[in-house]
Amino acid sequence: MEKRQNNKAWLLVLPVLILVAFSAVIPLMTVVNYAFNDTFGNNQFFWNGLGWFEEMVRSERLHAALGRQILFTGIILLIEVPLGIFIALHMPKKGFWASLCLVLMALPLLIPFNVVGTIWQIFCRIDIGLLGRGMAELGVDYNYTNDAFDAWLTLIVMDVWHWTSLVALLCFAGLRSIPDAFYQAARIDQSSRWDIFRHIELPKMSGVLLIAVLLRFIDSFMIYTEPFVVTGGGPGNATTFLSIDLVKMAIGQFDLGPAAAFSLMYFLIILLVSWVFYTVMVSRDEGAQ
Amino acid sequence: MAKITLSNLAHRYAPLGSQASSYALTEINHVWQDGGAYALLGPSGCGKTTLLNIISGLIKPSQGRVLFDDNDVTGVPTEQRDIAQVFQFPVVYDTMTVRENLAFPLKNRGMAKPDIQARVALIAEMIGLEELLDSKARRLSPDAKQKISLGRGMVRESVNAILFDEPLTVIDPHLKWELRTQLKALHREFGHTMIYVTHDQTEAMTFADKVVMLHEGRIVQIGTPEDLFEQPEHTFVGHFIGSPGMNLLDASIHGDLAMLGERAVPLASAYGTVAGRTQIGIRPEHIRVMADGGLPAEIRAVENVGHRRIVRAHLDGHSLNIVLPPGEPLGTGTLHLQFPPDKINVYADEWRVAGSIR
Repeated sequence: MEKRQNNKAWLLVLPVLILVAFSAVIPLMTVVNYAFNDTFGNNQFFWNGLGWFEEMVRSERLHAALGRQILFTGIILLIEVPLGIFIALHMPKKGFWASLCLVLMALPLLIPFNVVGTIWQIFCRIDIGLLGRGMAELGVDYNYTNDAFDAWLTLIVMDVWHWTSLVALLCFAGLRSIPDAFYQAARIDQSSRWDIFRHIELPKMSGVLLIAVLLRFIDSFMIYTEPFVVTGGGPGNATTFLSIDLVKMAIGQFDLGPAAAFSLMYFLIILLVSWVFYTVMVSRDEGAQ
Repeated sequence: MAKITLSNLAHRYAPLGSQASSYALTEINHVWQDGGAYALLGPSGCGKTTLLNIISGLIKPSQGRVLFDDNDVTGVPTEQRDIAQVFQFPVVYDTMTVRENLAFPLKNRGMAKPDIQARVALIAEMIGLEELLDSKARRLSPDAKQKISLGRGMVRESVNAILFDEPLTVIDPHLKWELRTQLKALHREFGHTMIYVTHDQTEAMTFADKVVMLHEGRIVQIGTPEDLFEQPEHTFVGHFIGSPGMNLLDASIHGDLAMLGERAVPLASAYGTVAGRTQIGIRPEHIRVMADGGLPAEIRAVENVGHRRIVRAHLDGHSLNIVLPPGEPLGTGTLHLQFPPDKINVYADEWRVAGSIR
């Protein structure tokens, strides 16, 4: 049977299109406008071509922020992914304890970002915070407000606390979907625990794991609220990640042109990485069929 | 290879005394002879997978013993029992090639590399996967995957028995036949003890020398496919085997006559007093249609399935299935039926009663 195209159906997409136009496309175009023009106010724009981009690509400050960002994202991925898998493997499989674990682990995910920041900011303060004061009492030299290493440590521990659950829950779901027969066959084959993990569990949860890594990459690469609340980017510029630097540049210094060029490049990096992930996932699915 | 003895075996999933403490398996005593091809046949939920998992050691029975030859293995874990099991859904190691899959159980047992290679090559030839040896297992079709899991079982020379848990469920119908034939050939050639769980009577009948019929956690009959067809020991077997199943009619037994209400049906031998609910059973294939006389049955419907016709008829209010070869149209009238005496089985309270030969 020949199917007739009914182009009126496009009208149904229109509301979403309008919504997206106002929420994303038009603001983005404004940014593009600032990125290629210079302005001194009064809504007067002067064409600047790729000037801002050239400036930003050469900017030491941006290089430093990007370096810190990559380091931060790398560290938290290296910690959260293996830790999440480890937790998922050792969680109770069913019954009361499994439910309790799931609820407890979901809790950090439900807390608003700035509240997480505030919790850790207070928790780690050396004058009144439980952890900070405790460390001081134990004689450990810990102060996240003036030691760069301590500041990093605090942010990493906070992020691990906040987000490892996400990785663990996704992996747990992946593990639960493996039929018992696989474990039984592995026992019959006298498979070692490591081989079971390597050849059964890891391949079966690689799909969800890839999504977990992607989510954690995007989220951590755009991290703003928590470090802003805890360290404010300090001490010095030690924890000034890309978002924090961007806000400083755009709103603090009101350098709208460079900031706009900066955000476009920032956006492109994330888009590029997401595209790579997407391609890998799609090719994996095709390979499985 | 070994003889497998189940002694006084029973299993329940919930502990005794709790609400669902009914037995999944009750009191099974059975010997699986070395080198036999057995089918474990029964409907879903009759306990056949439980029984299989007890043999393989994945489940520990609540009661009774499992012996391989004369060794009690009831407490021995699966990995030390040297059995192979093929599951309902093909289990392959996705990350490995076919070759690595087949070599895996041998590698884990610390076999020398050249020996592994020789053995894998042999098994691959047997199951017809030589050409796929170096492709990734996850890219293969379900039937090839199922062959890999079979091969992983057979690759160990010491294997005591190969257990199949409905292995053809996910296989395309036209390949089922081929795989079953191949299994049968492998069995003839290598003589492993094979136990094949299925709810499909055709699979069971074509695969096995001996079919073990399971019903509500009990073995109701063990026999050749012919036994199960001709002399079902239990009305359930009569009903389950055959398509359509055996006709069961309430009748009272008087010596060598069965009374269907007022009508007398002669039997092949004499029965004494038979207590309980008495029934006679006759296969639809065995009923004969005569020109005249006999038992008058009213035709209700005729289903033509090509090579044969299934007639749904009524005999004094009992419904009756008759299988006839294709031929003249039957119309809608009355059929005159004859039940050949030697094809009639007599049941008391569901179990077959043997008559004394005259």
